[in-house]
Amino acid sequence: MAIHVKYFASLHDRLGRAGDELEASAGLTVAGVWAALHPDAPLPPNTLTAVNLDYAELTQVVREGDEVAFFPPVTGG
Amino acid sequence: MRIELRDQPFSPLAELAEYQAGLEQRLPGQYGATAIFIGTMRDINEGAAVRGMTLEHYPGMTERQLQRMVETAFQDWPLLDALVMHRVGALQPNDPIVLIAVWSAHRAEAFAACRFLIEALKSKAPLWKRETLASGSRWVEHNTAAPD
Repeated sequence: MAIHVKYFASLHDRLGRAGDELEASAGLTVAGVWAALHPDAPLPPNTLTAVNLDYAELTQVVREGDEVAFFPPVTGG
Repeated sequence: MRIELRDQPFSPLAELAEYQAGLEQRLPGQYGATAIFIGTMRDINEGAAVRGMTLEHYPGMTERQLQRMVETAFQDWPLLDALVMHRVGALQPNDPIVLIAVWSAHRAEAFAACRFLIEALKSKAPLWKRETLASGSRWVEHNTAAPD
């Protein structure tokens, strides 16, 4: 199944790209999405995660076509 | 209710005057309290002079999270209306960053909801500041915790 991955702010800069496309097997979690794309780099501490524009836990299972986002703590306002 | 991101400078007080003129038509005589928060860009942060700033956001998610915050405020307090505006893009010192206005019958719920909305925005709305300094640029790493 296809998963659309996005990175923002300092994480975007650190990875050198705004996102990835992942072809994943069913049952993958948000944490599993990161691990599949970055096998040598643990998720940076305090990284926030979202699925389809809402905050999501690392344990949430993703589905075909989901947009999964990883980003640092927010600093608006 | 209006929630809006702006990629150009805006005048919070002019926006407020225009919005409230509409309210006077829609809710004549109903609101007794308007609480307002305006956030403005400073020229110093964490000991360094800041020349400019870029605000990045997550299109779609930022608007959705702001919408959820406003809906939560309407569930928790008897509000009549709310206006939330936030800048994205390039800013200079003194540029307004955020406007939050809340209307209600009485002051207690207006103050409480306005305070809730700015703290929720600062902790949950996907927006990120990158500061331009004389020596280069840096991402702001986190917002300060809500004061007591």
